[in-house]
Amino acid sequence: MKLAAVPQIAGRAEGEVLKLEQPISFWGGVDPKSGRISDPRHPDHDREIAGRILVLPGMIGSSSSSYIMLELMAIGRAPAALVLAEPDAILGLGVVVAREMDYGSIPVLILPREAQSALKTGARARIEQDGGIYAETSR
Amino acid sequence: MAMRILAEMGRMLGADRLIPVASAHIDGALYHGDSGVHFAERLVAGGAKVAVPSTLNVGGLDLLDPDNVKADAHRHDMALRLMRAYETMGCRATWTCSPYHAGHRPAFGQDVAWGESNAVAFCNSVLGARTNRYGDFLDICCAIAGRAPRYGLHLPEKRRATVLIDSSAISPALKRLDVFYPVLGCWYGAEIGGEIGVIDGLPADCSEDQLKALSAAVASSGAVGLFHVAGRTPEAPTVTAACGGDVPARTIRLTPEMLRAARDRLSTVTGETIDAVALGSPHFSLGEFDALEALLPGKRIRIPFFVCTGRNVVAELERRGRLAPLKQAGVTVVADTCVVVAPILPAKAGVLMTNSGKFAHYTPANTGYAVVYGSLADCVASAATGRVMRDETVWQ
Repeated sequence: MKLAAVPQIAGRAEGEVLKLEQPISFWGGVDPKSGRISDPRHPDHDREIAGRILVLPGMIGSSSSSYIMLELMAIGRAPAALVLAEPDAILGLGVVVAREMDYGSIPVLILPREAQSALKTGARARIEQDGGIYAETSR
Repeated sequence: MAMRILAEMGRMLGADRLIPVASAHIDGALYHGDSGVHFAERLVAGGAKVAVPSTLNVGGLDLLDPDNVKADAHRHDMALRLMRAYETMGCRATWTCSPYHAGHRPAFGQDVAWGESNAVAFCNSVLGARTNRYGDFLDICCAIAGRAPRYGLHLPEKRRATVLIDSSAISPALKRLDVFYPVLGCWYGAEIGGEIGVIDGLPADCSEDQLKALSAAVASSGAVGLFHVAGRTPEAPTVTAACGGDVPARTIRLTPEMLRAARDRLSTVTGETIDAVALGSPHFSLGEFDALEALLPGKRIRIPFFVCTGRNVVAELERRGRLAPLKQAGVTVVADTCVVVAPILPAKAGVLMTNSGKFAHYTPANTGYAVVYGSLADCVASAATGRVMRDETVWQ
């Protein structure tokens, strides 16, 4: 199955999909040391985002989330890619700064919420330079 | 580097150009890991200076009373280096998340570049200045360039409300109470999210502290940079004005049941156990200290009781001889930082009570404490008796 997402930051990645059930604030929601979801109220609490194709239905909360994103990039605990429902000024910023600091880069794609429903947690997915997401259909 | 980041973000966000900004409020000086220190020090090494008046949000240390923060040596050194790097770039050492109560009040319609989610919401919604939710690092880049990408809430057409929140079914008595505003904000952030709403029916004379509490709660529970309060937000004298002359696309009639559900979400435990109290997110104002002091006589605080505030307020308290009596009453005043961003609470986690929607939101993940939400009076009464006391009658 191929989904056409719009790259905010282009790149290639491969990994297991983790689709969050609810919006999240990375600051106060993701532990910057372990890359695990630390908010006990979040339905995906304790899941690891490091190395995942992270699909987010929305962002909430803190403007410090870009710092958490940068820190995850710096210590190698970042997701393999971010798939956001709408353009976002916070997480993509963490990736832009990471590139300046030579911490590497990851693709950041925009895929509207309705189209995100095709992506399932646990499935393998591959992201191409043009924003194409190739995902396993069943699992 | 700052200009490259600014240009790249402008491209990503679809801005057609950069616009001048009058001021900045900068949230990047709070330590969350070494990467942010290296970034700030690289800017300093390149000779970067802010081009517009820039205030600083909280840091990771209490520079006035260092013993309040129990950081290990590495964390302490890095947090301090980070704070000093931002000072070196010419930012004002305000160290507060309530910059609007520390003399930083941009004018109605002015474009600014602010970080810190509560401050962004307050700046847009109460002051009527224009800023997007600038994340850590972009705020300082905007301050250095004196410019911000022209998109989002800088554009009048993107500030129009599309959702009307009708609060006429909520009792006027409840709407006068401070305890109402964080709960309203918690409901709003989760329900309205990234849309722009106009809240109708709030008292025209609701206080700035109430609107501050509302700003913090909406921004903690949703991606909210602007909400309109009809009759209060400068560009929203009426619902129609908030909607840019149009009618709202939809209307939600707020009910007491919705509010009670939101209030319950602010707590993670029920029961009588309480181990600490924390107030002051956003940072406590002088007016809020007045209210706290009025509740203290005749009570003995039995548990750790923290009030987080700005150093501008600490200086005022000291000047008026109010700081020592607060300490004698068992109140720990924390400046420059707060209990959810720095290791301040006693190490053995328990139950924290707060009157802040923002503390209620972030306490469990950031401190390990469970949380109970109540009014200021509830917090003081609970701290004096050692068990959770909440006045439930106001929600009936």
